[in-house]
Amino acid sequence: MSAPNMAVEIASIGMKNPVMVASGTFGYGPEYAEFVDLNALGAIVVKGIRMEPWEGNAPPRMVEVHGGLVNAIGLQGPGVEGFVEAYLPFLREFDVPVLINIWGRSLEEYGEVAAAFDGVEGVAGLELNISCPNVKEGGIAFGTDPAMAAEVIALARSKTRLPLIPKLSPNVPNVALFAKVAEDEGADAISLINTLPAMVIDVETRRPVLSNVVGGLSGPGIKPVAIKQVWEAARAVSIPVVGMGGITCARDAIEFLIAGATAVAVGTANFTEPTASVDVIQGIEQYLIDHDIADVRELIGSVNESA
Amino acid sequence: MCIVGGGFQAAPFLFWIDRFAPNQHTERSMKSEAATVLEHRDFGGGYNLLVFDVPAVASEVVPGQFIHLRVPRLEGAVLRRPFSVFKADAQTLSVLYKQVGRGTRAMGEIAAGESVSIVGPLGNGFPQADASAFPVLVAGGYGVAPLYLLASRMPAKGILFVGGRSEIDILCVDAFLELGWEVQVTTEDGSIGSKGLVTGALDRWLSSRGPEVRPEFFACGPDGLLKAVGDRVISGNGQGWLSLDKHMGCGVGACLACVQKIRVDGGSVVWKRVCKDGPIFEAHEIVWPSEDSA
Repeated sequence: MSAPNMAVEIASIGMKNPVMVASGTFGYGPEYAEFVDLNALGAIVVKGIRMEPWEGNAPPRMVEVHGGLVNAIGLQGPGVEGFVEAYLPFLREFDVPVLINIWGRSLEEYGEVAAAFDGVEGVAGLELNISCPNVKEGGIAFGTDPAMAAEVIALARSKTRLPLIPKLSPNVPNVALFAKVAEDEGADAISLINTLPAMVIDVETRRPVLSNVVGGLSGPGIKPVAIKQVWEAARAVSIPVVGMGGITCARDAIEFLIAGATAVAVGTANFTEPTASVDVIQGIEQYLIDHDIADVRELIGSVNESA
Repeated sequence: MCIVGGGFQAAPFLFWIDRFAPNQHTERSMKSEAATVLEHRDFGGGYNLLVFDVPAVASEVVPGQFIHLRVPRLEGAVLRRPFSVFKADAQTLSVLYKQVGRGTRAMGEIAAGESVSIVGPLGNGFPQADASAFPVLVAGGYGVAPLYLLASRMPAKGILFVGGRSEIDILCVDAFLELGWEVQVTTEDGSIGSKGLVTGALDRWLSSRGPEVRPEFFACGPDGLLKAVGDRVISGNGQGWLSLDKHMGCGVGACLACVQKIRVDGGSVVWKRVCKDGPIFEAHEIVWPSEDSA
């Protein structure tokens, strides 16, 4: 058979394949460019950006645990201007959609950042971060209250014509409700899951290992949680879902597609294997060939729930 | 472990990593390779030598750089482990490591002939030594590893101060002697060399050296040793290159886990990534936690 179709569309953004790299795990593009042909990716999602440069948390910021890691980087970043000056020219050289993960310390700032990227050349869309557990203001505070989530999504929607993709928190009792809120407020797609709130204590010193005390858990250990939430969210809305959480190989990514995701993101696995994202892309294509599937989109939401 | 890189200046703006990082990526030098283990030797005391056949990485290494190794059979691990390069030629490279945690204990099972995933070379190497200065190397324990590669490629011969808890923690002395370097050994228990801290021996040498001897320092070891060397660099108005050791995530500058506060031109303080902007910094640049009022 001829090569299967790998292309998908998320929020009117055409992607060569369904594999993105997750915000916070791929820097701003150049960090992995020596290992990965950036043009081979479905999309790049850069690390979270607010209006001004942000210091983030004090180290230690990361600790490995069994099956994953807990991080509390705290959204260190260059601010809108710093990012546009230092990194966008580099990213514009590539033929790959670039999504900006944006956040703010207040409702108003979310609107300002969304407006700041509207019409900027080289920006394909915005991932609205309402789910980071590691900053005191902004982030998860907006993602765990449906009324606040609605307000921040509606504001961002009103400030940009770019495709808008709220990133949902797994730390809610009913993720479908938040998915529906996003859709109702004009989001073009949703992405999930962000990290799970977590904590690690050194039993010798009895001190929390992270300076921020708590952080967010990512890595292969969270994948079943993410699959369930993607499955629930995808059934609740008609906008596309970007699924992520613990993907290390093509079969993990395919599981998300079957659960209902239109695209996926590789995150922590980039740290383990710098070529993880392209390895996943190749593995999905091989799976399609091996299973005689002509189009990757046939997998989306194809979970068989009959007994 | 001890990792090291080259002093790097960046635009002065507060608490941001260098915004000109993309410019550093014009040359493709980092690689992800399957390395064949040629030798794995146990020195006792938890110290080990690993030799890899990995020409694509080995041939590119400059002293002070490190590799990121994926520990085989380390169940549940998602992060690689960084090791500074001890020796390197066109074909092979070796690392010295001490078994201190779960990852390095699992490394004890690595066998000659097996394939290990290595990413490297990473970080910046030591800068070119000042030809008009006298090289003074200060090592704590296995921090001697990158300093050996540095000394072996340096045209000048200088002095190594190496310290550890006990005789078993003192490595590579013969190798430095073979290079024609002077070596002063100190141990905390006095089992070999002089008893005390390595900085004690260093201070005695500094106060007895001739005024014409202008030292340039290169150090690798625990933070306490690095700060002590840095204090002497600053008080002597000299220059010293310190290899910082921080827990790393990605090793390539993406995750921002291993950050260190660094003074830049203009007096502002920014986070630098030890893995990508370091791991070597000049003593004056480093803002130690004890002096950090930010």
